[in-house]
Amino acid sequence: MAWQSKQREIGTAGWGWAIFAGIIAFIYFFPVLWIILTAFKTNADILAVPPKFFFTPTLENFVSVFSRSYIKGQAAVDTGFDRFFFNSIFIAGTSVLLALVIGTLAAYGFSRYPLPGNDTYLFIILTTRMLPPIIVIIPIFIMFRIAGLSGTYPGIILLYTAFNLPFTIWMMKSFFDELSPDVEDAARLDGSSEKRLFFKVCFPQIIAGLAATAVFGLILTWNEFIFALLLTGVETRTVPVAMAQTIGGDIGVRWGLLAAIETLFLIPVIIVVFVLQKHLLRGVTFGTIKR
Amino acid sequence: MSTIKLQNLTKRFGDLVAVNNVDLNIDAGEVLCLLGPSGCGKTTTLRMVAGLEMATEGDVFLADKRVNDLTPSQRNVAMAFQFYALYPSLNVAENLAYPLHADRLSQADIDGKVREVARVLDLTDVLNRLPGRLAEGEKQRVSVGRAIIRDPNCFLFDEPLSRLDVQLREQMRGQIKEVLSGLNKATVIVTHDQLEALTMADRIAVMRDGYIEQVGTPHEVFATPSNLFVAGFIGTPQMNLMAGTFAGQRSGSLRLKTGEQEIAIPSSVPHAGLTEGGRVTIGIRPRSTELASEAGDDTLTATVDLIEPMGAETLLHLSDGDRDLRVVVDQDVMVRVGEQLHVRPRASQTHLFDQNDARIA
Repeated sequence: MAWQSKQREIGTAGWGWAIFAGIIAFIYFFPVLWIILTAFKTNADILAVPPKFFFTPTLENFVSVFSRSYIKGQAAVDTGFDRFFFNSIFIAGTSVLLALVIGTLAAYGFSRYPLPGNDTYLFIILTTRMLPPIIVIIPIFIMFRIAGLSGTYPGIILLYTAFNLPFTIWMMKSFFDELSPDVEDAARLDGSSEKRLFFKVCFPQIIAGLAATAVFGLILTWNEFIFALLLTGVETRTVPVAMAQTIGGDIGVRWGLLAAIETLFLIPVIIVVFVLQKHLLRGVTFGTIKR
Repeated sequence: MSTIKLQNLTKRFGDLVAVNNVDLNIDAGEVLCLLGPSGCGKTTTLRMVAGLEMATEGDVFLADKRVNDLTPSQRNVAMAFQFYALYPSLNVAENLAYPLHADRLSQADIDGKVREVARVLDLTDVLNRLPGRLAEGEKQRVSVGRAIIRDPNCFLFDEPLSRLDVQLREQMRGQIKEVLSGLNKATVIVTHDQLEALTMADRIAVMRDGYIEQVGTPHEVFATPSNLFVAGFIGTPQMNLMAGTFAGQRSGSLRLKTGEQEIAIPSSVPHAGLTEGGRVTIGIRPRSTELASEAGDDTLTATVDLIEPMGAETLLHLSDGDRDLRVVVDQDVMVRVGEQLHVRPRASQTHLFDQNDARIA
């Protein structure tokens, strides 16, 4: 019939659109791809003009991430990058976990037991995220000095937890606000304590939201640079800071080395997003569709 | 004994009085329907019984014990919600078992009870499904099952059937009635659907604007509505309500004037306190009429405006210029638009209301 040729069924896109979307996606992904390719190239291949897409891959850059000689001709030494990767994972993981625990409980409180002036509190919490970190770095630096937190794990973990909290509270509150109050009333009538109500009824419903919040928090914390630069010491240094310190040296910028660090740096984020992607999509679209 | 008693129950939200001085007694085994239009306070009343709303004034007694200060979980009432309120992350069996948690039963006992309720409500095949994957009727049965699985003081149902389609609704009405009849508990059902109330209730409490307008058996509220609101609210098609005046009593009948017409009704219709020239509202149910072949003392004359076939019957909209009159006739009565008809209200099924809209005793 005539109308069938003009209209297609919902859920089926033509090849034309698929290719179009593919091209856009490729443009977005290209810088990442280029970095990954660079990580496998020799220095000569990296600097080749025109750029090389086909080359003999090498793992040399990855080896030198963890151990290399700083001065030509000397024996390779440990760079400490295994430690920095551990620091990044440990610090980001712990602080996001802490922020999720505290933030979820706080959000439940804000959502279910509003204080007089509830919105004001929420606004104040949000204002802490309105300033770029660089503005508050000096007072925080001084506070850390006085408290003896500079360069320690608790210090940077606390800071990142505080840094993640506003976002977590706002996100989680919106998820709690979406839940049906009837379900909670039903649970109360069915003899639930408030604790059981939270853990058995409310909590399982917001896991998708929790996953989405965790991913956003992890990405933010994982990539954070300024605080880490000023407030971590040699022992607690994270990868972004260590990466910045790798730039330079007697033979100029080692692009292959940097690309290798970045490639390794991407892996944990990709794994987390991949594991959580099912929840992630549900989490970020939560409440946008009327159930 | 499983009873509910409400005394002077009042709920105010700021200036709005949602529930006003409600007194009700519901006996064990009795099903009371709170019936009324949206916003009349029926759900608020129910929620006060459950403890989900605090009463501003008045008392709630469950099993003769004052429960005003008890939390919902301490009151031991079972409630089924309009939107079912199933626990989304628990499957059907876990949903059914949830209320048993407080009773500290063994797992075997819990399983046994769940299986028994599932069998009664025909849920055995879906015990492992999550609520999101259930059909509307199944969700409704799970919500009923969750209410009946334990031994509560009373049952509360908030618009239990409003989300079901007509066929399922009819089926569930019967099923709920059957389940409840075996339990001997005081039950309150909130509904805005009068058919639901008329079929399921032992007694109906008709509410409007926070007040209870009438409490009675389904037959009582239908046959002897205590005021104009109840008269107009109960019964479909709606009762014809015509303004008129009392024109005196003559030869064993009451004469009433409505518009240009005068009609005689049997003096057996209650008319105490009526004086000549007094204003009344005449109530005639569309089904309590018959067509007369010619005009008489006891008929009203009107022409056909609109014909609505309803299957077994036909609804006629008549008009005598000022007033509309709805009349239900058998499907085999053939009339045409514009035809003049003589309508005779059935003796003793005519209602009279005074100026204050109250039924004349």
